[in-house]
Amino acid sequence: MSVAQRKSPALRAALTIFLIVWLLMAAFPFLWTLWGSFKVELDFFSITDWTDALTGPRTESTYGSPFTLVAYDGAWVQEEFWKAGINTTIVCIFVVCVSLTIGTLGGYALSRSGYKYVFWLLIMALIFRAMPPITLVAGYLLPFFEWNLWGHLATAAVVLVAINQPFTLWMLHSFFMKIPKDLDESAMVDGCTRFQAFRHVIIPVMWPGVITTGLFSFLLAYNDFAVTVMLLEKENQTMIPKIAGFLGTTQTEGNVMFAVAAVVSATAPLFVLVMFFQRQIVSGLTAGAVKG
Amino acid sequence: MKHSTFFWFFLPTGLAMLLFIAFPIVSVLIQSVYAPHEAVLIEVENQGPFGITKSTVVDQEATEALRAAEPLGRFVGLDIYFDRGHLALAEVGQAWSSSASMGEFFSALGNLPFYRALAFTLTYTFTATPMLIILGFVIALAVNTLPRALKGLTIFFSLLPMIVTPLVGSLILFWMVDSRGVIGSFIQYVVGNPDLSLKASTPMMWISLIVYGIWSSAPFAFVVFYAGLQTLPQDTLESAQIDGATRWQQIRYVTIPHIMPLVTFVALIQLMDNFRVFEPIVGFNAEAHATSLSWIIFNDLGGETRLLSSASTTSVLTIIGVAILLSPVLVRTWRDFNAKTH
Repeated sequence: MSVAQRKSPALRAALTIFLIVWLLMAAFPFLWTLWGSFKVELDFFSITDWTDALTGPRTESTYGSPFTLVAYDGAWVQEEFWKAGINTTIVCIFVVCVSLTIGTLGGYALSRSGYKYVFWLLIMALIFRAMPPITLVAGYLLPFFEWNLWGHLATAAVVLVAINQPFTLWMLHSFFMKIPKDLDESAMVDGCTRFQAFRHVIIPVMWPGVITTGLFSFLLAYNDFAVTVMLLEKENQTMIPKIAGFLGTTQTEGNVMFAVAAVVSATAPLFVLVMFFQRQIVSGLTAGAVKG
Repeated sequence: MKHSTFFWFFLPTGLAMLLFIAFPIVSVLIQSVYAPHEAVLIEVENQGPFGITKSTVVDQEATEALRAAEPLGRFVGLDIYFDRGHLALAEVGQAWSSSASMGEFFSALGNLPFYRALAFTLTYTFTATPMLIILGFVIALAVNTLPRALKGLTIFFSLLPMIVTPLVGSLILFWMVDSRGVIGSFIQYVVGNPDLSLKASTPMMWISLIVYGIWSSAPFAFVVFYAGLQTLPQDTLESAQIDGATRWQQIRYVTIPHIMPLVTFVALIQLMDNFRVFEPIVGFNAEAHATSLSWIIFNDLGGETRLLSSASTTSVLTIIGVAILLSPVLVRTWRDFNAKTH
């Protein structure tokens, strides 16, 4: 161990420089956009000099200060981005709660049954996980139009729950496999039914796995663009399709800063999420890998 | 677990997947062999100043009635698969026989929307995937040497490109690489060409999209490899050092074999995910230079006329592509499962 840690100064310097470059690549775009979102368009997308985006001379001459909230005001108030924010919140809460509830039941069942069909169900889930969501959308539209389901927030949320299930099942399946079977089986020997054993023995110990899975369900619902852009009406769009909408309509009007402000606003919750749940995200990403 | 208990536990999730994943796949398959009804035409006679003229007009009522009665359209078999917008058999055959060289043939293929999208999708998938694996591996090696206090912060920043919404991430990069953005201006300065613009150059657009792909997925590879490095067998490493292995030899003969299964895992996941590349094309506004299979579906479905049949056909072709990429994973899972049970 001690030998392994000793490194030549040249190698150490090279690694440090590499890491600094990578961190710049990873973090700089976000900081740059955050900084630029408080400028006017001619500063952030300056034709004359790139340093304008840092100092903001035109922002200062227009608004008297190098920082302005005009872009945020335009996006949130004028273009009603707050509605999209509320819609995203509703969809995310619904998707996380429902997909965890039914996913936990299903994942538990898969982990406790030794029959051959478990394997085939897991394989099916794997195939479904690999389907690009947009390929399914073509299949939704016709029935949804016929039955008047298209355009409602609830429809999009239910679809996202379903698309989420394959991944949730795999993750919770591998998590429940790690909980010893003796735990719930001894409860059943004591006279519990399977559901009671699940309710009183498994639920109290399953939270670490459920929280990790919930994070990924949240990310899927929050980040989705393909499904929500196709299944929602303009009036009840979530944030990501709304941002895409800004590009189509406002880029020509010179209001691209609305999109910049909206993008920064949509990134902020994810920032906080990574800050608080970094450990869970890392463990979730590696769970599948280390097992398989 | 008893069959009946299993059934009730699995029912909700099974039902959700059946209704919203399995059925839509079937529905896509069916739609891909039906085409929209053609407009019903009727001949009308007009009494004009120069006698009676006959003209053909669309019978709106009859057309509407037919479309309402059979919303699926008319059965056309595999016609849509072979038309110009998809596999374009006739055009490909013609290009093959008329082209003098392979280069000419491929440039003719490049004018067909499906092959154009396929070319970019495959290029993106098979360049971004290996490069993000290498980048992720080097980051993992570098972070592993950091003192403990710095690791958390480094991992935090490294995760951001992956966690952020793909559309948002691609927009953020696009605004910087754009001719009026900071990186765009820098590139113009380096090349010495103030008119150089991402929007005008196909190779630059492809490179930017691939760079986005690497940027957004390298963190995933990094996290997985970093976890793998934590379980590196220290005694093997030490005996290699005692035997006089150089640092490079240690990585080549101890570290890489140890994390090889993880490399396979990351490669398979990323091949599948990169194959569906879609949001960056919207974010980079790249459709003039690069389209992908998912983007064609999106383009067909959007807009006023929703081309369901055409989109469904591309969807089926995409699903076939995913199935081909997925087959090694399925074989591996099958072997794992058999090894566990027997």
